[in-house]
Amino acid sequence: MALLEIQDLHASVEGHEILKGLNLTLNAGEVHSIMGPNGSGKSTLAAVLARRETYEVTRGRVLFNGKDLLEMKPEDAACEGVFLAFQYPVEIPGIGNAYFVRSAMNAIRKFHGQDELDAMDFLPLYKERMKILEMDDKLVNRSVNEGFSGGEKKRNEILQMAMLEPKLAILDETDSGLDIDALRIVAKGVNAMRGPDRAFLVITHYQRLLDYITPDFVHVLVDGKIVRSGGPELALELEDTGYGPSEADVPQALPA
Amino acid sequence: MSTTANNTGNENAMATATEKLGTYLEAYGELIAERQERDPVWLRQLREDAWQRFHAKGFPTTHDEDWRFTNLAALAKTSFQRAVEGSVTVSAGQIEKFRVPGAGCRLVFVNGHFAPELTEIGDLPDTLEICSLERAIAKTMEGSEPNGSGSVGCAPEGIEQHLGRYADVRRDVFAALNTALWEDGAYLRIHRGAVIEQPIHLLYVSAGAGAAIMTHPRTLIVAEPTSHAAVIEDYVSIGEETAFSNAVTELVAGQDAVVSHFLVERENLAAFNVSTLRLELARGTNVSSHSILLGGGLVRNNVHPVLAGEGAECLINGLFVGAGRQHLDNYMLVEHAQPQCSSRQFYNGILDDHARGVFHGRIVVHKDAQKTDAKQTNRNLLLSDDARIDTKPQLEIYADDVKCTHGATIGQIEEEQLFYLRSRGIEETSARNLLLYAFAAECLDRMNDSPAREFVASLIGERLTDLAKNHQPAAPVAQVESAPVKEETQSWEEVG
Ligand SMILES: Nc1ncnc2c1ncn2[C@@H]1O[C@H](COP(=O)(O)OP(=O)(O)OP(=O)(O)O)[C@@H](O)[C@H]1O
Ligand SMILES: [Mg+2]
Repeated sequence: MALLEIQDLHASVEGHEILKGLNLTLNAGEVHSIMGPNGSGKSTLAAVLARRETYEVTRGRVLFNGKDLLEMKPEDAACEGVFLAFQYPVEIPGIGNAYFVRSAMNAIRKFHGQDELDAMDFLPLYKERMKILEMDDKLVNRSVNEGFSGGEKKRNEILQMAMLEPKLAILDETDSGLDIDALRIVAKGVNAMRGPDRAFLVITHYQRLLDYITPDFVHVLVDGKIVRSGGPELALELEDTGYGPSEADVPQALPA
Repeated sequence: MSTTANNTGNENAMATATEKLGTYLEAYGELIAERQERDPVWLRQLREDAWQRFHAKGFPTTHDEDWRFTNLAALAKTSFQRAVEGSVTVSAGQIEKFRVPGAGCRLVFVNGHFAPELTEIGDLPDTLEICSLERAIAKTMEGSEPNGSGSVGCAPEGIEQHLGRYADVRRDVFAALNTALWEDGAYLRIHRGAVIEQPIHLLYVSAGAGAAIMTHPRTLIVAEPTSHAAVIEDYVSIGEETAFSNAVTELVAGQDAVVSHFLVERENLAAFNVSTLRLELARGTNVSSHSILLGGGLVRNNVHPVLAGEGAECLINGLFVGAGRQHLDNYMLVEHAQPQCSSRQFYNGILDDHARGVFHGRIVVHKDAQKTDAKQTNRNLLLSDDARIDTKPQLEIYADDVKCTHGATIGQIEEEQLFYLRSRGIEETSARNLLLYAFAAECLDRMNDSPAREFVASLIGERLTDLAKNHQPAAPVAQVESAPVKEETQSWEEVG
């Protein structure tokens, strides 16, 4: 059984149809990359998968681990193992960074019938993962993302992912705004988490990220549909030719 | 009903507001007769003047600029009775849940009367005098220890000098009514240089008496020069009956004293509560007022600091949380009378359902108050389309070298923040609760670390949990088309 199976997905925002019949299948252990022009619907797809209610699904079906993802609330999807690293992480003044992650971890643990972690169990783990991502200790008690630099916000997303250990991680342009060192650090964090039980959906505009995180499949999303799919070499080709259709165009192709 | 109501609205409204003064007249008559022997002459005079003032003016109407957003018709219509001392018995068990962990002592009043059997004085340093105001005055009359309050250390000197000298009975009819009708309250005197570490808890309990009762608690706090103390004035109810608490507190801070005052309103939803805190700040004092309004049906909280000595600093901090049909009115009059003083007003409001909030922040900078630095901020979260906040800054500046700023914001819980939390697995009610708490915590962040802060933090936490739980989540579709965020910010700075 595939980890994620998207069939004929149509979704709209405020009456505008953004996703127009999207098909995609991810198996556990795979890394898929989605590329595509601005406004083509990449973040919309990510938001629908994370169950943002402002995006209305008008047609299609999404199965996650065999369960109907579209029936789930955002918190249920998260507890089932969906994680979205936001393109624009939001600042939440007044809620401490570590406190927030611990609350999230405990919510997920509770969902799975596990005991809650107290601060004593949690903090060492949190600080250790922070160190891997070369994040400043001072960020532990700062409010969630408040006053973080662009790069710090993105690293904070990856830190949360590392703590919550999802089955499916969707990274929405995690590379944008990162300098080359930060990019390497983030990629290291992601690669450390690759494994047979986990899949990644990496949304990006740049080959640069894919030099570090080698995808198994690359898909091109244009105007709400996947118009091409291929292996890692497709990303390189796109660097040269752009997102326009090519002779090798295979609409709606699914990875073998 | 008169068809000319519009033309004569003013007079009609006045008539409605004053016609029920009979109940107060009766109460005043009884009280004066009972106290003929007990009250010293100066106090009788104080009551008499205040009564005349109240009787002449009656309750204000919404035509009065200071009461524009708060309609007192329901209060004026109710015939409140004086509470007969001892008519209701409250057990220690019943008030156990109101305990403030870490408080050094607790003075309890039931329906306005001192309850020595519920009071816990503990191990007080002799640099702190605390007792019932009524008993302290009785002591000045008899020159002896009144009915067995021996454990409560209290030297009554200074009461005549201070009581009623600050509360403005000319302008404020509720202060006048309290001054005329008060029966008891707390008297505190913190000696020069004394540092009282643990907060002092003054618990005012309204307990159903089978009739709508009124109480007029009167508190006098004298913090002598360079003393430090924190006082929690706490209004609670037992049972669901309506009651009217009309409290006045005068807090006099001597030179370089550091005092924190907490007002906690957590009465039942049928309660009327008007409280007036009059702060007198001498040179170099640092006084904080924290008003936490969580309960009560119709609540008016007046905070009136006068910065009467050079270099005084005043923080006027508040949080009001309303749901259902609660009406929470915050009125501040900050008077800068001397140079080089600073005042900071910060109020956060959270309103759900049909609740209504008022923030009226008036700053008066007198002619001599050069180099005044006054700041006012009011931030509000409206959780429902029917909730409402009226926020009104009012600045009167008669000095020319001053810095005054004010700003107000009105917003809603941000969907983006809510989604962010939920996307990490935190369920909606908890996520909402976290966001509300984060907003409310701005008020807690302005308090020093202390048991008093811990205590109000836990009360706020409980209140917000209830609010988040009872909140009706909007249907997903409705959320897409939700009304645009009401956001209004204004800020200006005046530098003379
Ligand atoms: N709340 C909204 N209201 C109206 N239109 C929206 C809303 N959110 C997204 N859209 C529109 O949906 C389209 C797809 O947006 P989306 O963010 O999914 O694009 P994207 O592929 O992630 O682009 P980018 O590469 O710039 O991040 C855009 O045209 C965008 O303007
Ligand atoms: Mg995007």
